[in-house]
Amino acid sequence: MEPIALLLAATLNAGTALAIAGLGLLINEKCGIVNLGAEGIMLIAAIAGFATVVHTDNDWVGFAAGMGAGALLALVFGWLVIWLNTNQYATGLALSMFGAGFSAFVGIRYVQEKLPAREQFAIPWLADIPLAGAALFKQHPMVYIAIALTFAMAWFLYRSRTGLVLRSIGESPESAHALGYRVRWIRLACVVAGGALCGLAGAYISVIYTPLWVEGMTAGKGWITLALTTFATWRPGRVLLGAYLFGGVTMLQFHLQGMGVQVASQLLTMLPYVATIVVLALISRNPTWIRVNMPASLGKPFYPGA
Amino acid sequence: MRLEARPQPSVAMSIASPVIAVAITVVLGTLLFALLGKDPVRGLMVFFYEPIRSGYALSELAVKATPLILCALGLAVCYRSNIWNIGAEGQLLLGAIAGGGVALLATTATGGWIVVAILAAGAVGGMAWAGITALLRDRFNANEILVSLMLVYVAEMFLSYLVYGPWKDPKGFNFPQTQMFPASTQVPLLVTGTRLHLGFLIALAAVAAVWIFMFRTMAGFQLLVGGLAPLAARYAGFSSRKALWTTLLLSGGVAGIAGALEAAGPLGQLTPHVSPGYGFTAIIVAFVGRLHPCGIVLAALLLSMFIIGGEFAQSRLGLPRSLTGVFQGLLLFSLLACDTLIHFRIIWARRLAWNR
Repeated sequence: MEPIALLLAATLNAGTALAIAGLGLLINEKCGIVNLGAEGIMLIAAIAGFATVVHTDNDWVGFAAGMGAGALLALVFGWLVIWLNTNQYATGLALSMFGAGFSAFVGIRYVQEKLPAREQFAIPWLADIPLAGAALFKQHPMVYIAIALTFAMAWFLYRSRTGLVLRSIGESPESAHALGYRVRWIRLACVVAGGALCGLAGAYISVIYTPLWVEGMTAGKGWITLALTTFATWRPGRVLLGAYLFGGVTMLQFHLQGMGVQVASQLLTMLPYVATIVVLALISRNPTWIRVNMPASLGKPFYPGA
Repeated sequence: MRLEARPQPSVAMSIASPVIAVAITVVLGTLLFALLGKDPVRGLMVFFYEPIRSGYALSELAVKATPLILCALGLAVCYRSNIWNIGAEGQLLLGAIAGGGVALLATTATGGWIVVAILAAGAVGGMAWAGITALLRDRFNANEILVSLMLVYVAEMFLSYLVYGPWKDPKGFNFPQTQMFPASTQVPLLVTGTRLHLGFLIALAAVAAVWIFMFRTMAGFQLLVGGLAPLAARYAGFSSRKALWTTLLLSGGVAGIAGALEAAGPLGQLTPHVSPGYGFTAIIVAFVGRLHPCGIVLAALLLSMFIIGGEFAQSRLGLPRSLTGVFQGLLLFSLLACDTLIHFRIIWARRLAWNR
């Protein structure tokens, strides 16, 4: 295959996990909750998904396990930050640390395990198109599900009544509460849904993207995803584009190495992290731009009736 | 059951909360050991008795507590000012790199002053790394949480680049490590026969210094007001930019010193594994220590027990070392939940219809 088509295919694949997790964090943040635990959720979901596939040989059961693990962790996180009003940043950090430790702890017996041969997918006819076919139409179904999910999320947030309520809670939970909406329960639903999507992304990483288990294998993807929502100024479509951008940068390092560029591999591995910092700085440069787009209650606790 | 806001935060609860949280963690830990089919009593002994069993064990406790105290002090100042620096790990690594770089220049004939130079370089390295976060937040409004965390990954890669590449010991059988630093760079030991070094005293001095800075100086007062009531601080003319730079440079500096102490103290060389996550554990230390310098010393000793306990759990019980991370996360979770009781009290009454 042509290098460009190969890079494009790899980019879509790498961007998919970021996109799914990014949409999950988007729905969290749209209702006003920041979940810094994304990295921990993804790690636990990654081992949950991987272990499930090892035992059941079924990728889709693995994805479901990842989503379940993510939803469960998010439920605990949500209870703490929504009902006990714990600090969202600190609680998220606790989740990330717990996730890193717990996944490594549980995962130690799966380090040597291998998954059954990965299925190859191809969309009939379209996959035979030269160049584009190989790049675009021979992907895992999850790649297309992520794209569909983006459209669904955009419709849900901006065209449905529930989406409107959700966004109003993110802007002003007090007003939504005064109107009679059950702010805490809706926020919890958003957090759990977000956790499930982060979990799906984690399972995708360990089952499809790099089908193996290594301690800390998400390598900061949860954190990059958190930057992604800011980069996307909280818009679903831009989350998808941003995910492909970061996916492309991640893949670029491997291709540069493959092309024999004489730079130490460690310096190339820095690339996605440095890119995240640079992009974050460029996007955040205009404070008004952020303030206009950011949900107004983001990160702030809400006391009903206070 | 519902929560009712207390008229004033409870001082008693803010001290009791970490104790309750540790108790909850112990209970959860016991359950975990039982689930794993290990004797819970032995498991708890490994974590809470073995690390304080002998004089040597206590010295090791202090060795591991040193970087935790230093990093947590800086983080406490940051968090009290509402600056969310979570990248102490990266700042520590840069301190180790800068300090290690100076140590590599030394020879066996170099005088004892080189240790001072190593620590100074460490402080500058850590400050420079934290300074990037401050600069990007100040000039570009970039979120300091994400930037400081991303810089941890960059720092890890940078350290790994150095020890696999330009700084690799040519006689090191291709291991990713620098050559051993000359003996002149060794941070003086406090007790012969142990690894306890001068760094522990430096950390305790830093505790006193940070206490004075936070509670007895105008600059410290301005930071605390800025964290508690940003609008009041602005009205009083306290600069939030100054607070940003002060807190980040301070926390970067102490984390850098911690890194340099590790490199020139117990390690004596640079490897990719300079720190077993001291910078992240320090976040928990800062919270468990109530963001107070004195509390941080106690919390650092506790979390140091967790780290050593994890090592023992690996060697004696055949459990993965990552058990430490599990316990650390559980501790922070329980602590945050218990902290609710500082500001709220539980009312065991039937739910009123209008209160949902």
